[in-house]
Amino acid sequence: MNTILISLLVLGLTGLVAAVLLYLVAQKFKVEEDPRIDEVQEVLPGANCGGCGFAGCRAMAEACVKATSLDGLLCPVGGNATMAQVGEILGMAASAAEPKVAVVRCNGTCEARPRTSVFGGTRTCAIMNSMYIGETDCAFGCLGCGDCVAACQFGAIQINPETGLPEVDDDKCTACGACAKACPRNLIEIRKKGDDGMRMVVLCSNKAKGAVTRKACKNGCIGCAKCKSVCGNDAITVTNNLAYIDADKCTLCRECEAVCPTGAIHGIHMPLLEKKAKPAPAAAKPAASAAEGATESKGGFDPECAAKIKALPTPKASFPNMIKMAQNK
Amino acid sequence: MSNTFRIGGVHPHDNKAFSAHKQITAVPLPQKAIIPLVQHIGAPAKAIVNKGDKVLVGQVLAEAGGFVSAPIHSPVSGTVTKIDTTNDAWGMPMPAIFIDVEGDEWLPEIDRTDTLKTDCSLAPKEIINKIQAAGIVGLGGACFPTHVKLLPPPGKTAEVLVVNGVECEPYLTCDHQLMLEHGEEIIVGIQLVLKALGIQKAVIGIEKNKPDAIEHMTKLANRHLGIEVKPLALKYPQGGEKQLIDACIGRQVPSGCLPIEVGAVVDNVATLYAIYQAVQKNKPLISRVMTITGKSVKNPGNYEVRFGTPLSEVIAIAGGIPENTGKIIGGGPMMGRAMQNIEMPCNKRVSGLLFMQDCESVRQEPENCIRCAKCVSACPMGLEPYLLAKLSAAQNWERMEELNIMDCIDCGCCLFTCPSHRPLLDYIRLGKGKVGGIIRARQMAAQAAKAQAEAKK
Repeated sequence: MNTILISLLVLGLTGLVAAVLLYLVAQKFKVEEDPRIDEVQEVLPGANCGGCGFAGCRAMAEACVKATSLDGLLCPVGGNATMAQVGEILGMAASAAEPKVAVVRCNGTCEARPRTSVFGGTRTCAIMNSMYIGETDCAFGCLGCGDCVAACQFGAIQINPETGLPEVDDDKCTACGACAKACPRNLIEIRKKGDDGMRMVVLCSNKAKGAVTRKACKNGCIGCAKCKSVCGNDAITVTNNLAYIDADKCTLCRECEAVCPTGAIHGIHMPLLEKKAKPAPAAAKPAASAAEGATESKGGFDPECAAKIKALPTPKASFPNMIKMAQNK
Repeated sequence: MSNTFRIGGVHPHDNKAFSAHKQITAVPLPQKAIIPLVQHIGAPAKAIVNKGDKVLVGQVLAEAGGFVSAPIHSPVSGTVTKIDTTNDAWGMPMPAIFIDVEGDEWLPEIDRTDTLKTDCSLAPKEIINKIQAAGIVGLGGACFPTHVKLLPPPGKTAEVLVVNGVECEPYLTCDHQLMLEHGEEIIVGIQLVLKALGIQKAVIGIEKNKPDAIEHMTKLANRHLGIEVKPLALKYPQGGEKQLIDACIGRQVPSGCLPIEVGAVVDNVATLYAIYQAVQKNKPLISRVMTITGKSVKNPGNYEVRFGTPLSEVIAIAGGIPENTGKIIGGGPMMGRAMQNIEMPCNKRVSGLLFMQDCESVRQEPENCIRCAKCVSACPMGLEPYLLAKLSAAQNWERMEELNIMDCIDCGCCLFTCPSHRPLLDYIRLGKGKVGGIIRARQMAAQAAKAQAEAKK
């Protein structure tokens, strides 16, 4: 009986002393933290995507509290609403930022850009890009393995099995930029969303000469600069055989789209131009079809495309890598 | 002392019988030659000819773009039609000079006879200058400019010349055949390099699957003091620089260092043959011997090809592309990469073309890692391939750097040996590229910071 009592007493006393010590130490070395950081963090979405440029939502909250004005600080996921809330907590005016969205600047669909070889290695864009030009003859275009899909935390980007290209769901996209970083060919641009999502985009990134581009892909920009000459607002620049539309200057007049000989320029979320009955551009398709497609094709490769590849007479090349040699049996 | 390197290595079937002992045949000149400006490691060469210029064989087309670079000479005579881009073997654009071939006129100072010229009265410095001017690069595969190796950095001295006659890549036989046909010239080349370096000792490493080459080279080497032939046991990748030094002279090159650290200079037999021609015959590097082989190729063999000849023309001479070809590999099956574009012109980099059959060229489905550590025991650099591949997939570049990813020589032993067919090398190569980029960026930033600090002073 005594033994139990003694041990209980000793343990209890040790616990008490430790508790007091810990309390004193905690008081002595207390880190003073602005309580507003917690409040701000509470308002932020908590996705920790890094789209704001900070290492997670906590770091963003700290930066907001430290900052003297909220200019330049933007949570792309929460958008203006969240920033307004943050501004309320901190007593600062939040500047309204233009909503942005990821745009895949490639329209090399299966029909437009025939596959010329089959990649036998690990199907990720990063590896394919480090090995060779890719399965088509375009050295700048989408490789179609879906590194961007894997990078997106919001399920906003999916490979469309019909075209073999990634499509962005404007509603889900938070413009965090993870896909843009993941793309080894730098195809994805975080671009102004525009009113009702309407925007003019050159869906091509090919910097090769026109003839080379044309040979590789029917939908490519050949750098003819016709669009530049019709643009009344100086919104279009052509550098390295590639046109680029400045979203700030563009007035959505669609003159450039009408004159583009290859159809590289697209008005997204706009009705089809009557003059040219072209199929709707990739990103303008309803998001539902993209989502459906994604469940079908896990590998991010279009089965029809694959069938076409199988039908090719002899692929010019295949996996550029070593192979386990067939054992001589 | 053992007669192979210490750690790792694998034993693939050598498959050399298809093209072994086939006489070196010269491939006819092309109608249009395309000469790429990037044929070596280092800065690209700068074109010094213009459209419409008439050029002769051996004339300089492009001068070296820096110290670690090499000039490029015209392999054909004719008119320069344009300086434009062409596609490399993997489809990526590269700058090149296009020449319409007219006849075969050589520069007068080039000695085109076959007579062996052994005497050389040139001073070491002059020999190196001649090698540099002839645009000679390591023909073993890496294409590192040879003159850089012959000028050791201050504080380092060369002691031994290690000659690579190993040809450990399966299928390839061009070096073997070169040793049999041009052994004398190679020995003179060795003497020239020894003179240039001011050393007396050379070791020629040859694997034992080439007994005739060992015999022939031993016979020739015995006439000269200081040159020794070392027969080596078969093991891949014995032709790797660091592995060869270990196998031949028993020294280990520390991580991140060049062979000169242990007093060794390594040159391939084909490079030494080119050095002989450059120094004794004034002939710059304008052609090379390459192997065309494969189980279904009609005329497998060793072909001497002038640079600029489209590979499709060389293939036509070897009997065309066999119908059951699954992949065409530039180089050997272990280190080589499948080609996307066979119109690519032959250049200093191409050591062979291998036609893989459909059935051989399919990768097996990868399965889970079973932690057998075969890749670890196979890695000749003592790395942990399974871990590196995993880290690369997780994009953990810092940890990869700590684990010495930059020591990887891309030999592919890990992939070859993996019983689960895991794509280890795919990821390791990706990681090596990324880490290399990070290291270069860091060095550039450090340099810029240093320059800024100096400017402030």
